[in-house]
Amino acid sequence: MDHPIIAARHELTETTTLNLGPTHPATHGVFQNVLEMDGERIVSGVSTLGYIHRAFEKIAEHRPFYQITPLTDRLNYCSSPINNMGWHMTVEKLLGIQTPKRVDYLRVIVMELARISDHLICNSILGVDTGAYSGFLYLMEQREHIYEIYEEVCGARLTTNIGRIGGFERDFNDTAFAKIKKFLKNFGPVLKEFEELFNRNRIFIDRTAGVAAVDAETAMNYSWTGPILRACGVDYDVRVNEPYSSYEDFDFDIPVGTNGDIYDRYLVRQEEMWQSIRIIEQALEKVEKEPKGIFHAEVPEFYLPPKEEVYNNMEALIYHFKIVMGEIDTPKTEVYHCVEGGNGELGFYLVNDGGRSPYRLHFRRPSFINYQMYAPMSAGMLLSDAIINLSSLNVIAGELDA
Amino acid sequence: MGKISNQTVLDKLNQQFGDKISLAAEPYGLLTFETTKEDIIPILSFLKQDEELKFNFLTDITGIHYPETALPIGVIYHVHSFVNNVRVRIKVFLEEINPVIPTATVLWEGANWMERETYDFFGITFEGHPGLYRILNVDDMTVFPMRKEYPLEDPNRVDKKDFFFGR
Repeated sequence: MDHPIIAARHELTETTTLNLGPTHPATHGVFQNVLEMDGERIVSGVSTLGYIHRAFEKIAEHRPFYQITPLTDRLNYCSSPINNMGWHMTVEKLLGIQTPKRVDYLRVIVMELARISDHLICNSILGVDTGAYSGFLYLMEQREHIYEIYEEVCGARLTTNIGRIGGFERDFNDTAFAKIKKFLKNFGPVLKEFEELFNRNRIFIDRTAGVAAVDAETAMNYSWTGPILRACGVDYDVRVNEPYSSYEDFDFDIPVGTNGDIYDRYLVRQEEMWQSIRIIEQALEKVEKEPKGIFHAEVPEFYLPPKEEVYNNMEALIYHFKIVMGEIDTPKTEVYHCVEGGNGELGFYLVNDGGRSPYRLHFRRPSFINYQMYAPMSAGMLLSDAIINLSSLNVIAGELDA
Repeated sequence: MGKISNQTVLDKLNQQFGDKISLAAEPYGLLTFETTKEDIIPILSFLKQDEELKFNFLTDITGIHYPETALPIGVIYHVHSFVNNVRVRIKVFLEEINPVIPTATVLWEGANWMERETYDFFGITFEGHPGLYRILNVDDMTVFPMRKEYPLEDPNRVDKKDFFFGR
């Protein structure tokens, strides 16, 4: 195998090979870049990945649909609720399940919170990489509040396994709503303060503006999606182009950049957080208007009944048994469903043969596809610029490797 | 949803390629059809360059394995037209031993890693690919793990045997 473990050497030049990663703190994840360096400047690079490949696609072929949700958690673990919801909606699309509006709005709340937590980490870490640690501390506290909301809704914090096929496992309680409202009240001022620290900061702009600029043509040629594509000026957002989970009921803007440089990516993510706040506020209003207590669709064939029902009710016991043993027929067909994840279009391609588990499941992971331009675009860049370019791409190792 | 209907896309393709497009269907509204490995690159470049269709975005390339069929290894392309907001799914089926298909990197740079991943898991050779070697699995792996004959776990291991529930 002539796989280049070290970058190519030329006899007449004095370049050095630098291993950036696999466990370098600046890569924020387990992946390696073998860089050929001419002093501070990168001549060429090779990306090596697969360090945390866990064969999710293979495992998914051996698991019933509802047990695949925890696998999706571990793709983009900064915004696992989006992955969970994306998977539930894929199965619902396959089975033709119509979710009630209230479920859709509750899902929107959770997904937008996840988007905020994803962007917030990316932007604050970008600050850390440019040498500004304090903004990170302000925003990290807010992520904690988002995780407390997840905790209230589903009991978990990072790998949430939130929701079920057809809806949620339980209704949002009053504390959850109170926490969401409290978060919305407190988050805006903190985000404003963060922007005041960064947006017009001379050092930050010098480090980011004009660095790693990508034009729209190249970005689309490399199949980029998400905030980094929008920073290049392409207004592609799955939430608008193919609305899922009743996103068409909401009023929000899609921010786009002009240069596609790191500063634009930062601004796009920042504005998306403001838009997410707008969406959550609207969703809370809409939830109020919907009849209370509805948190899942009426699909007893796929939605596990509550435990007390299972012990006391014949039909619930039958359905419980059928769901767990996978005795319910599913359509023999294929479906592609995508959601707007934290990093772009997160797609699920599911081929079903009528059984309890997928015949084939493929995750279209935005980080994996966005990251492939990293090594080519790093050529000619300073190492310090390449590092902040990496954080602005927001490559999550779990999503990279699946 | 889309600005042009699936029927328009299919009509245009039929006009251009005729019987090279087979088994057209639309599961869940997504136009799906099969073609052969000789025609896949002409069809993709037609979709990409046509003035009206403008399928300018490659969403995904992946593989699938149906053992015990005449052409068991499949390559599946998802292409997206941002302008018209329409998607198309194209499938090509290949023989099991040494499947070869031309690369789509001539049309989209983004196809590079998607094809490497497909090669890594299914052993499909993409002819003309600039650097086709494994991407997620270790380099000295000898099998293609997403093929159906490859078990999830070593079937001979005994440490996880459960004599009560018959594992």
